[in-house]
Amino acid sequence: MIAQDIFWTVTILLGIGTFLIRFSFLGILGDRRIPEWIMAHLHYTAVAIFPALITPHVLWPEVTGGTIDPNRLIAAAAVFLVGLRFNAVFAIVAGMGTLYLLRYLFG
Amino acid sequence: MTSEMGRIFRRGFLDCAPFIVIVIPYATLFGVVARDAGLEVYEVMAMSVLVIAGASQFTAVALMQDHAPVLIILMASLAVNLRMAMYSAALAPHLGHLRFWLRGLVAYMMVDQSFALSVRKYETEPEMTRQAKAAYYFGTLVAVAPLWYICTFAGAVIGQAIPPVFSLEFAVPVCFIAMTAPMLRSLPHVVAAFVSVVAAIVLGWMPYNLWLIAAGMLAMMAGAQTEFYLKRKVAR
Repeated sequence: MIAQDIFWTVTILLGIGTFLIRFSFLGILGDRRIPEWIMAHLHYTAVAIFPALITPHVLWPEVTGGTIDPNRLIAAAAVFLVGLRFNAVFAIVAGMGTLYLLRYLFG
Repeated sequence: MTSEMGRIFRRGFLDCAPFIVIVIPYATLFGVVARDAGLEVYEVMAMSVLVIAGASQFTAVALMQDHAPVLIILMASLAVNLRMAMYSAALAPHLGHLRFWLRGLVAYMMVDQSFALSVRKYETEPEMTRQAKAAYYFGTLVAVAPLWYICTFAGAVIGQAIPPVFSLEFAVPVCFIAMTAPMLRSLPHVVAAFVSVVAAIVLGWMPYNLWLIAAGMLAMMAGAQTEFYLKRKVAR
């Protein structure tokens, strides 16, 4: 469960924060340039955060009580491989499909 | 709006239309997952309207479910959206002339697809007028942004009906992997993702979900340093 006060604090501040990020140069900073080295780091924000965020959910999912579930590992690998070659939608379908299939076959 | 502007607006709309096949399932999935995490339908909608950023919303919901501290949730969710600062900088020379409230609208609805299409259009057709540039941008927005609200709503409503046997909680990591895999187009991206995973495992002992921030920073530095290294190698 997500507590009400946590939810609204996060949602409102996140709303303000994401707007300010998007508005930054258009609205406030104008033509000021970001230093090259900061740009280089910004390039990798998504690819740096996403894998870390989901690693524990794949390796030690809460629903299994924190033990490794081979079905989930294989399904995660399937999403990754399909995602490398095709788009995100195919990858999601392949991943969930693999999970259901493995569970149907092996329980 | 003159008919010429209408034509350019429609051009933007049509150029962006193919992306609805990505936005519809992605937005629907957010609705489903957020509902599954225990949010009410109106809460899901409040989030989609106030934040209107898929990656940030998925991150925030996943971390709220993990009971991470508010500060960590905000840092991580905002970090994944920092790329928008680059978009803002890239759009400023083209759309910076607009009235203040219109620039606010440009910013509020800024999404990856609109940014990518618009900047490419502005570069290939430098003779475009400022007015035309704005018309094109808003055309791309209208194709995808309203779908974000509609489909998160649909997802939130459907979400209640999906039984636990479908393991929807696993759709969150699946979605993130699906978003990340296509980004691994260069060596620095691969290095960053690899460091991110290893750091998440090695630093997992850190309290208050600080491991996530630490892993993110290490991975960002790894990506940037790899990029610098490759540039130096080419320069030599």
